[in-house]
Parts: sequence; structure tokens; C-alpha cells
Amino acid sequence: MTFWKRFSSNRGAVIGLILLIAVILIALLAPVIYPGGPWKMVQRPFLVPFTTDGFPLGTDTLGRDVTAGLVHGARVSLLVGLVSTLMALLIGVPLGALAGFYGGYVDEGAMRFTEFFQTIPNFALAIVLVAILQPTLGSITLAIAIVSWPPVARLVRAEVMSLKRREFVEAAHLAGLSNMRILVSEVLPNAVSPIIVMASLMVATAILLESSLSFLGLGDPNIMSWGYMIGAARTVIRSAWWLSFFPGVAILITVLALNLIGEGLNDAFNPHLRKGRT
Amino acid sequence: MSNAILSIHDLTIDLPRGADRPHAVEDVSFDLNTGEILCVVGESGSGKSMTANALMGLLPDGVTVGKGRAMFDGADVLTLSEVKKQAMRGARIGMIFQEPMTALNPLMRIGEQIAEVFEAHKLHTRAERRARALALVKEVGLPDPEKIVRAYPFQLSGGQRQRAMIAMALALEPEILIADEPTTALDVTTQAQILRLILALRDDRGMAVMFITHDFGVVAEIADRVIVMRHGLIVEAGMAQQVLESPQHDYTRALLDAIPTGKVPELAAVHAPPALEIRNLNKIYRTGGGLFRTGREVRAVNDVTLTIAKGEVVGLVGESGSGKSTLGRAVVRLVTPDSGQVLVGGVDLAALDTAELRKQRHRVQMVFQDPYASLNPRHRVLRSLSDGPIAKGVPKAQANARARELLDIVGLGADAATRFPHEFSGGQRQRIGIARALAMDPELIIADEAVSALDVSIQAQVLELLAELRRKMGLSILFITHDLRVAAQVCDRIAVMQHGRLVEVGAVRDVFHSPKETYTRELLAAVPGAKWAVDTAVTKQGAPA
Repeated sequence: MTFWKRFSSNRGAVIGLILLIAVILIALLAPVIYPGGPWKMVQRPFLVPFTTDGFPLGTDTLGRDVTAGLVHGARVSLLVGLVSTLMALLIGVPLGALAGFYGGYVDEGAMRFTEFFQTIPNFALAIVLVAILQPTLGSITLAIAIVSWPPVARLVRAEVMSLKRREFVEAAHLAGLSNMRILVSEVLPNAVSPIIVMASLMVATAILLESSLSFLGLGDPNIMSWGYMIGAARTVIRSAWWLSFFPGVAILITVLALNLIGEGLNDAFNPHLRKGRT
Repeated sequence: MSNAILSIHDLTIDLPRGADRPHAVEDVSFDLNTGEILCVVGESGSGKSMTANALMGLLPDGVTVGKGRAMFDGADVLTLSEVKKQAMRGARIGMIFQEPMTALNPLMRIGEQIAEVFEAHKLHTRAERRARALALVKEVGLPDPEKIVRAYPFQLSGGQRQRAMIAMALALEPEILIADEPTTALDVTTQAQILRLILALRDDRGMAVMFITHDFGVVAEIADRVIVMRHGLIVEAGMAQQVLESPQHDYTRALLDAIPTGKVPELAAVHAPPALEIRNLNKIYRTGGGLFRTGREVRAVNDVTLTIAKGEVVGLVGESGSGKSTLGRAVVRLVTPDSGQVLVGGVDLAALDTAELRKQRHRVQMVFQDPYASLNPRHRVLRSLSDGPIAKGVPKAQANARARELLDIVGLGADAATRFPHEFSGGQRQRIGIARALAMDPELIIADEAVSALDVSIQAQVLELLAELRRKMGLSILFITHDLRVAAQVCDRIAVMQHGRLVEVGAVRDVFHSPKETYTRELLAAVPGAKWAVDTAVTKQGAPA
């Protein structure tokens, strides 16, 4: 398949994909590797990494295994990232498509509504939403989705606006197809590639947002996540650096992997853009 | 002639691996003499532009000069260092391009862009540069030079921009001017002016001009010598007259035959009821404007009345901005006219509401200009063809069978149905576009510049197909084109449009041989190689077919 060939010609993208698959596998296998869960106190606190067998990354302030926390935290990060991105797409794509396709008042209305969300700083809005709703996994995902759909709507609107003037869309009008049908079967399939690229990067931002919320203590108190681990360890950062360091590395690797994949997808979808690069 | 200023020996340009052929240009040798216009003719992909780009050191990434020399003033321009090449470009060899809008910097005034050429070569003081820019603008015949030097590219028309480009290329008085399809994007009348300008400049300055074109009409107009290229090889070279009158190579002959000549078909007597009646159609475009000021109004279609009989092909001819496309789009209701009627089979398409319109859409279909944009890249050909009929209520199996049959009729074979558009060439895609229009069983087809984007030989094939379909199916066609020669070849009647009005309507023979309006006469005179085409048409008719 030529698509795979173009994607794999970007070495960074392949590395990103391998990293992401590894993170996904770890998340899926978490209950198998650490059946006891991340909250269980298993050793004495502040165990330094690489000193005790069975606890390669040491233990935290309460004697919980850091490795177990990381492995279970991966589940939360990936879940929140994927689900919130899907929700953002579900809001942004239809809104942007309708605005771009119909123009006029529909466009005006949809875009003013979008701007309303864009004028409030993302993170502030997310904090307010989580604070108003109870901080549960569901409400955090919802809050992230609500702050991240406006760019999707803008992107889809712009794509649809340029696509709807193409001759094949005019031909579809002449064939007597209904507007909805033209939008769904003629226009949108041609806008898929930039949406996919954007979505892969949005998953990365969502993971960062979730970590930031958990760091501030706005995460779901019943679920171990990377952000929560860093937040809980910040008071002892000088005496027990590893408690915030390893979750930080986990976030870094996952976000980096997603960004590399996004870049690779972009190259694979727009092969003509990368000719100049060697 | 031995006064060659540039002589190319065995030039071979390598394409990157994986391209459709190993060399863009292979063992090409020719001389360019001072004061001569050398036309390099060929279809797209023949390597004519690559040759020019190699001389200027402007080859795209991955494309390299394999072997050969290009001797200019005692040095090989192909092996010069980048610094020396830079000094040579502009100063010794100037170049103009096909699309003057993209070749000019949109954010710089014309005068500054010309002055920048001097600046790049560190010549003259600021004031002198400005004075020279002004003089150049005058020399290339731009109106109101004082104003033009302060104008931005978007404020000029296409022809004026091309003149500005020429002024830039001439700034440092180069000995060689390379012109890469400089008139292809222009209207006929503007094209004629630019060609006259290039001829005059050649005479005044004694420059050598290498003129790249695909149009033999242009060749007939200005060339001293001609080189015909195909697939990177020179197939024929010789004096212009000799090549045009007695071509030696089969390919040259095929190219010359493929040119739509001024040969006028006999008028087929049509007494059928009208397939299309346009009555007093108006369309005004309003731009800008707000609550307190009135915007600019453009009367794109101004009180047009036109009838097309069943089985008749009517050509709609005009320059860009004449409103011919708007008229075509108003007939299919892609544009809603302000007033007037469009009667197709007794139904006024201009008056229908959206829901009613969708049911009547099938009556008029359109063949679009751009074969690359007119098919959905994500749909298989079959789907592009059968979606319309299915929406109309034809059972799926029947629509698919009909689509396959139509693909066969347009000469692609039924197995084309399962492929994607990107697997086809431009000419083949245009055939698919025609099949798509036919799939709806329309009473009228609008062909909007349907062959303008195609190479001459492909163009001839598509025109042949249209003529054949018309004979077999009795199609009525409104054929919109800017090319009078094409119109003459396929149409029964011609309607000439200017500033949104129909200025002349008549049988092809009458319009071509005894045009009533001055504008029509101007258009006809501006067609490149018009005289030559008429001459050959006469000889062709005289010879037993």
C-alpha cells in the first residue's frame, strides 16, 4: 500500500507509532502486570529507583509502587485523550461542515458561537467546568472536549468552503443530489485527511490537559493518573525527584509519539508538500 | 548561419528514478542565432520547458543535467558556478513565464519590481533605477506609465502584467530572451498584442528569442525557425515556413492536422423545435457596498436572448470576462439569474424553486473545463456516473449497466468503471466527464471550455468524440470557448459575446467569412496564424480528401 510506504518513509513517524503501540499495550495489560492496582501500599516509602528488586522505579510517599502507578495511569491518559478527541470531532465536524457548506446566516451563527468558546482561555474554561461538575473521569473528558472542538470546526469549515466550489461538487448538484447527500458523500470524504492529522495532535493536547487538571488536584480522586502523580509528588520534589520525573517522562513520550505520528500522517496525506525536504 | 549566440550540444536531462521515463530531454542539440525567434513546440511532457529551465539553472529538485554543453559567450552555462549563474540570469539571459500573476510579487509595486532587477545586479543609483523602470514601462507599451509604476500587480490586467514581466526581463538588456508559453493564459486579442510586442522588441534590440509554445498558430505568427519536440527528443527542426508547409516527420504532421483550422463546415439545416430558449436573461454581480455606499456592479449577462434547436451545436465565443461562463452556468442554474427565462423542453429552469429544480436538473448537463477538478477523487468512476441517475429514480442495476455502456461509447471500455479518476489522463477524464453528462439523458449539454485544458492532439480526439456522439444521438450542445478555431470546427452557429451582451449570432460560415460587427472582426484578426490557417484550409479543401 502506497499510503503505508509514504508514512513509513518518515522514520520519526514509525518510531512514534512503535512508542504509541507500546504505551497502548502497557495500558491494556495493566491489570495483568499489576493485578493489585496502583493504590496498594507495598513497601516502605521513598524507595530509591533501581535499588530494590521488584520496584524498579521506587515507591512514593505512602509506599506505593511507582511503576504500577505509571502503568495504570497510562489507561487514564489514553482513554481521556481518545474519548475527548472523538467528542470534540463529533461537535466540531458537523458544525464546521454546515457553516462552510451553507454560508450566510448559518455560517455567521455557527462562527459567532465558536468564537464564544475561543475567547475564553482553554485551560481556565476547563478548570471552571470540572469545578462545577464533579471531578469524575466523565466530566473531565467532557470538559476537555468542550474546550478543544473550536479549532476543528474552523478547519472543517475552511476545507468545506474550498471544496464546495470544486467542479465535481457542481456536477453533483447538476445530477440532482440533495444538499445533505452532497455534503456527506462528496465533500466531507475529501476533507478527511486534515481532520485525521489534527485529531492525532488533539489527542496529545488532551493528554496534556488531563495531566494539568490532575496536577492541580482537579482529577478524579479515585483514579491514578500521571498528572496526579506529579501533583502529589511536588512537595517532595527535592528529596524524591523520581516521583515526579518518571510520570513526566511518560507524558513526554506519549505526547511526542502522537506528534510524530501526526507529522507522518500529514506527510503521507500531502506527499507533494514534502518534496522540498530531503 | 554561423552567428549562433547560444549553441546546445547533446543536452540530456535526467529525471529522478521512478519517473515515467529516464530522461526529460535526450541528446538535444540546436543553435540560437542573434536576432532570431526560435520556437520550441511540443505537447505537455515533451521536455520543452525543462530545456529552458536547464539553461537558466532553474531545474526542479531531483532533476539534473546528465550530459551536454550549452555554449554561450565562450562558456558552458550548464557548468557555471551558482554565483556566475546568478550574474548571468537577468543580465545576459532574461526569462518570462506563463502565468504573470504568480511570477510577480503581489506585495510590490510594478516600478519597484523592475528597479529591484538593477538592485540585484548592483547597478545605478536609486533615482536612475526609477527613471529606467519608467522608461522600460513606456517601452513595453503600458498605458499611463507614471501610474503603472506605482500600481500593484492585482491592479493590472493579464496582458498588462505580462508586459510588466517583459519589462523586467528586458531591464538589463539581455542578449537572449527565453519565453515559456508567455501568451497561453491570455485572451486572443491580448495574445496578439504581446506577440507584436515581442516581434517589435526583437527588431529594435536584435535579441535572440527562444519561444516555447504548444500552439502552431503562434509559431506561424512569429517564428523564424522551429524545433518540434516529443518525449524529450527533437523530431523535426527547420525554417518556420518549411516546417509548416511541408512537415517531414509524422508527428509534426499529426500535430498540424490536429489543429482546429478555420475550415468551416456546411451549415446543417435544422428545423427542429428548440431544445433551449433563453429569453431576456440578466445577471448582475454586486461586490462590496454596504449600508451607506453602493457597491460595484458588473452586468455579467445583459439581456441575452438565444435559441438552440434540437440537434444543433451553438458556439458561445468571447474573451475572459465577457460573461460567457456566467451565461452557461445560468442555463444550468448553478447561478440564479436576476430576470429572464431559460426554457428547456417547455420548463422554465430560472423560475423553479430548489425542490422542483432538483427534479428537473437532469434536463441540462454540463461538461466542465478542468478534467482534474471535475471528478471526485474519492469515488470510483462507476459511482460518479450512476449517482445522478439513481437519485433520479433509475434502478441501481440499470444505472450501472448504462454507465458501463456509456464508458464504452466514449471509448474507455466498460472496465474503466471500477477504477479511480487519478488512474486516467486528462483526455480520458474529459471522456468520463462527457459520459457523466450523457448518463442523465439530458436534452442539452453545456460544454464550458471542455477542451481548453487539453493538448492539441488530445483536443482533436475529444472534439471528434463530441462530433460523433452528436451524429449518433442528436445531441444539442452549447459549446462555450475562447478559441475561435475550436468553435469553427464543431459548431453550426456561433454567438459572440462581449461585456455580457451577444454582439453577433450567425451561422459559422457567415461569422467567419463576413463578420458584421467590428468586435467579431477584431477577434478573428487576433487569432494567431489566422492568415496561415485560412490558407491551409483552402489548400486542404482544394485537395481531394
